[in-house]
Amino acid sequence: MDAKKLLLNPLVVENPINVQILGICSALAITTKLETAVTMCFAVTFVLVLSNLAVSLIRNQIPSSIRMIVEMTIIASLVMFVDQVLKAYAYDISKQLSVFVGLIITNCILMGRAEAFALKNGPWPSMLDGLGNGLGYSVVLLTVATIRELFGSGSLFGFEVLPLVTNGGWYPANGLLLLAPGAFFIIGLMIWITRTLKPDMVEKEN
Amino acid sequence: MVEHYLSLLLKAIFVENLALSFFLGMCTYLAVSKRVETATGLGIAVIVVQGITVPVNNLVHTYILKENALTWLGVGEGMDFEFLGLVCYIGVIAAMVQILEMTLDKFFPKLYNALGIFLPLITVNCAILGGTLFMVERSYDFGESVVYGFGSGIGWALAIIALAAVREKMKYSNSPAGLRGLGITFITVGLIAMAFMCFSGIQL
Repeated sequence: MDAKKLLLNPLVVENPINVQILGICSALAITTKLETAVTMCFAVTFVLVLSNLAVSLIRNQIPSSIRMIVEMTIIASLVMFVDQVLKAYAYDISKQLSVFVGLIITNCILMGRAEAFALKNGPWPSMLDGLGNGLGYSVVLLTVATIRELFGSGSLFGFEVLPLVTNGGWYPANGLLLLAPGAFFIIGLMIWITRTLKPDMVEKEN
Repeated sequence: MVEHYLSLLLKAIFVENLALSFFLGMCTYLAVSKRVETATGLGIAVIVVQGITVPVNNLVHTYILKENALTWLGVGEGMDFEFLGLVCYIGVIAAMVQILEMTLDKFFPKLYNALGIFLPLITVNCAILGGTLFMVERSYDFGESVVYGFGSGIGWALAIIALAAVREKMKYSNSPAGLRGLGITFITVGLIAMAFMCFSGIQL
């Protein structure tokens, strides 16, 4: 297995969100601000790398009938760890992320990568695959969060970039981007752009 | 009292719709919404599972995990197992789905066959775990958690049936090649979410 390919493929060509359509819930819910999005990226990448590693290490010992439960337990334990660390060291952000840290457990990227990759490959490629997919997830998350925070509230990381009309500037904030529909539109448009650039991904007419 | 529950029910179904305003269960929501028939099956399964797991997890939280929760056993003064929450809730959900599957298989084989593969899939549906986590975060009591469980389940079912109905018609429309399939579905969900926003602020 080519390490570079493992790491870079999920960034664009096999992006977990845009192409494989996994883990969309959190990608939409916590991207109103860059701060929460960055935290979420670190959390998911961390859990993904370690869960892939753990599953891959014990892949020859797990009986296939209970592998789902084993994977679930590994993932849940890692998420609990992340949740506790966030509560201890970044309480404000953990409050803003609310239930979505816990929901990393049911993020399909984790289960999907454990099933599709870590169960069949050694520890080192699995870790790289986890890291690659974590980064691919982060790329989309940060793009969406940048668009939403910049045009929705005129700031980046909480610093004002486009002076708002309400503060005596010139930029009228687009509130729709901060609400649920805005997130759906942005992801829809991103998929449109990816597929226009790569026409072989276009779905066939049925 | 009744009014309080009714208001909570309406809020769970329309205002705080799990799929459309919290993006929960999106993977299944997009994958299984191609036909109204299958969407209805999955919707009913979610209502049933959600209606059972949220109250059960409420009991687990109140009598086992919460701070000083074990005092009814006469032990555990000052013990706090809150940090074990996530693992316990997902365990309860997986167990409940398994039990439900076996019960349906034994007593209602017709319904079991109709639901098919959807039941086991529900374990990893984030709408179910999300419902439980919201219940804990907002500290609902037992009665409220029953109402919230069913309400949020109904809301999710409503959303997926609505989307499936739109997608069935959309097969005949001529959308741009790159937008075909998934892209246009996202835009549609955005529009449905926008329509659901009209409910915000409703109170009984």
